[in-house]
Amino acid sequence: MTTPKPASSPRQVLLEVRHLKKYFPIYKGLMRKVVNQVRAVDDVSFFVRQGETLGLVGESGCGKTTASRCILRALTPTSGEILFREADGTVTDLAKLDRRGLARFRPQMQMIFQDPFASLNPRMTIFDIVSEPLYVHGMRSRAERTEKVAELLRLVGLRPEYMQRYPHAFSGGQRQRIGIARALALRPRLVVADEPVSALDVSVQAQVLNLMLELQEALSLTYLFVAHDLSVVKHISDRVCVMYVGKIVETAPTLELFAAPRHPYTAALLAAVPVPDPQRRTAIQELPGEVASPANPPSGCYFHPRCQFAVERCRQESPQLEEIAPDHFVSCHRAAELSLPGAVSHV
Amino acid sequence: MHPPAFPLLSVQDLKAYFYMDEGVVKAVDGVSFDVYPGQVVGIVGESGCGKSVTMKAILQILEPGGKIVSGKVQLRVRRAGRPDLDTGGPNSAEELLDLTRLHPNSKLMRKIRGAEIALIPQEPMAAFSPVHTVGSQIMEAILLHNKVSKAEARQRAIDAFRAVGISMPEQRIDAYSWELSGGLRQRAIIAMALSCNPRLLIADEPTTAIDVTTQAQILRLLRDLQREKDTAIIFITHDLGVIAQMAHYVVVMYLGRVMEQGPVNEIFANPRHPYTQALLKSIPSVQSTPRVRLPTISGSIPHPFNRPKGCPFHPRCTQFIRGVCDSAAPELLAVGKDHLASCFLYQSQEVTA
Repeated sequence: MTTPKPASSPRQVLLEVRHLKKYFPIYKGLMRKVVNQVRAVDDVSFFVRQGETLGLVGESGCGKTTASRCILRALTPTSGEILFREADGTVTDLAKLDRRGLARFRPQMQMIFQDPFASLNPRMTIFDIVSEPLYVHGMRSRAERTEKVAELLRLVGLRPEYMQRYPHAFSGGQRQRIGIARALALRPRLVVADEPVSALDVSVQAQVLNLMLELQEALSLTYLFVAHDLSVVKHISDRVCVMYVGKIVETAPTLELFAAPRHPYTAALLAAVPVPDPQRRTAIQELPGEVASPANPPSGCYFHPRCQFAVERCRQESPQLEEIAPDHFVSCHRAAELSLPGAVSHV
Repeated sequence: MHPPAFPLLSVQDLKAYFYMDEGVVKAVDGVSFDVYPGQVVGIVGESGCGKSVTMKAILQILEPGGKIVSGKVQLRVRRAGRPDLDTGGPNSAEELLDLTRLHPNSKLMRKIRGAEIALIPQEPMAAFSPVHTVGSQIMEAILLHNKVSKAEARQRAIDAFRAVGISMPEQRIDAYSWELSGGLRQRAIIAMALSCNPRLLIADEPTTAIDVTTQAQILRLLRDLQREKDTAIIFITHDLGVIAQMAHYVVVMYLGRVMEQGPVNEIFANPRHPYTQALLKSIPSVQSTPRVRLPTISGSIPHPFNRPKGCPFHPRCTQFIRGVCDSAAPELLAVGKDHLASCFLYQSQEVTA
C-alpha cells in the first residue's frame, strides 16, 4: 500500500505518519499466553502540514486517541514510522527513538487534554502548573518564569493576578485555558488536542474554539485535533481524517469531506448528526449494527457488515487508501462509482 | 399535532432548594410547564441549570438536602383497570394528583414511579446492577407493578426487548449489563422503562454517553415508540440538535429558572430571550463555514452559591439594562402564542401595550 502523499502545497509537512500500528495483546491463563490482539491502530498513514489543523474523527474505540498518543510517544507503536520535521528541516523518525532520544522533541510537541478537571493537579497553583514545563526544560530563574507565566496567561485570556490561585477557583472553561497555557509554555510546533472541548458547556465551547483559532494564527501552531463531535471538527479543521476500527477510511479537505464524502461510513456519520433546525426534521438516518471490535474485526473491509453498498469484494478484500482527488484519500472499493450525500449547506 | 385539551402533567411554579452547610442552592426556582399526552417536551440547558433536578423533583427522588419548597406537580393518574394505582378517591377513569403532596416513600408515589412515569437515566452502565441479569431486573419492575406470574413477567420482558429492537431477545434477556454494548444497554434501559406502559417517559440525556451513529438509532427508536404508543416524553439534553429533531415544545433553562419556552419552531426560528439567541448562535454546525470566529457568550456560568441578583443571565447578557436586570428577576410572560420569555426587554412592552 502506498502512503498518502501530500499534494504540492506551499506549506511544508510537519508530521508524517506511515503505516502506524499499535496492537495491545490480550493475555489469558496462568502463563499469560497471548491469545489475541486488539488492533487499536491498524496501519494508519496521514500527514499534517505546518500551520494547519488536521481533525481526527471517529466513534469511541476507533483508535483516534491511541494514534495521537503514539505520535506523542506516550505509547510505543508496534510498528510504523512517525516522521517529524524540525525547524531546521531535519526529519526524524520518532518511532525509533528511546527515552533519551525523545527528550529533544518533547518541548516541540505538547498536548491539550480532554478533562480540565482531571488534567490540573489540585494541589498546585496556576503558576506551578504553567511554569513546570519551563522549569523542567531549563528555565531556573523564578523571576523569569513568573514573567513568562504572566505572558502566557494573558495570551489565553486570563488575568496574571490569578497566578497564585488553585485550579478549584476556576470554571471549566478557565481551566481549559490554563491547560492551553501550559501546553504553549514551551512554544511547541505541534499541539495534539484530544477532545479539548467535549467536557465544556455549549456556551463555553465556542470561547475555547475561538481561542484555539486565534492562537494558531498568532503563533503559527499546528494542531492535531482529535474529537468525536463532527460539528466541532468541521469548525476548526483544514483537513479531516475519519477513522473506523483502527483504520483511516477517508481523509479530505474539510469542506470537500462534509459536502461530498466518498466513503459510506463518512456519509453515515454525517447523516447521524442531529441538525439543529426543527424545519429540517428528516427521518433520522440509521446506520444498522454496532461498531466492530478491534480484537475481532470482520473480514475484508471492516465496515462491510454495516454498509448498505457492500458487495462480495468488500467481504473478501481489504480496501487500500487511494487518492481520488488532490488531498482526498478514500479506502473503499466502490469509491469511484458511489455518489453519497453530504451535510447540506445552509447558504 | 393537536394537543389534547388537558395536560398529562402540569408543573406549576416548582421550586426545589438544596440546604447545604454553605448556604441554600436554589436549584429549581419557579419552573412551570405542561406536558400533553403524546407530546415531546424538550428541556435544554447547560450544567447547573436545574434541568435534572426538575425531573428528580417531579419523581420525588431528590438527593439528601434537597427539598421541594413550593409549587405543584399535577399528574393525571389512570384508575380504570389499574387497581395498583387506586388512590381511594371517588371512582372515575382518571384523577388529578398533586405529586408534591405525596410522601416520597409512600406506597402511591412508589407505584407512580415506573408505572405512570418512567425514567431513562443518562448513564446506561450505572443504571443496571452488574450482578443481576438485565432480564431479572426488568422482571422485578414488571412484578412490582402488575399481578402476574413469573413466567408471564419473563414473557413481557422478552416482548419489551423485542419492541425496542434487540435481536435474539430470548437469549439477551439472560445477559448481564456488562455483556451488552452501549447501544444495546441503552435499548435495554428503554425496554425496562416501557415495560409497565407508562404514559410519561422522562429521558435524562439518554444519548449523551453514546456515539453518534448509536445516538441516531436510539433517537429513531424513541420517536417511533412515542408515535406508536402515544407516550409523552420529557427529553432533557444540552444538545440543541437533538432538541430540534425530537421535541414539539421546548423549555430553555438557566441557573434554575426558565428563560424561555415555546413551540420548537418558534424557539429556533424566532428566539426572544438573549440567552436562547446567544446559545443558538454559538453552536458550531456541520453546515456552517469552517474556521470562522463563532459568536460567544462572554464569561461563564456562575457557581450556584453566587447566583447573580435579578435576572441570573444579566452578567453575560449583551442587552443588559443597568438598574433593571440586576435588581429584580423578570417574570415569565407571553411573547407569542404558547411562547413565553422571562426578559425585561419584553416586559416593558407589555406595560406600554
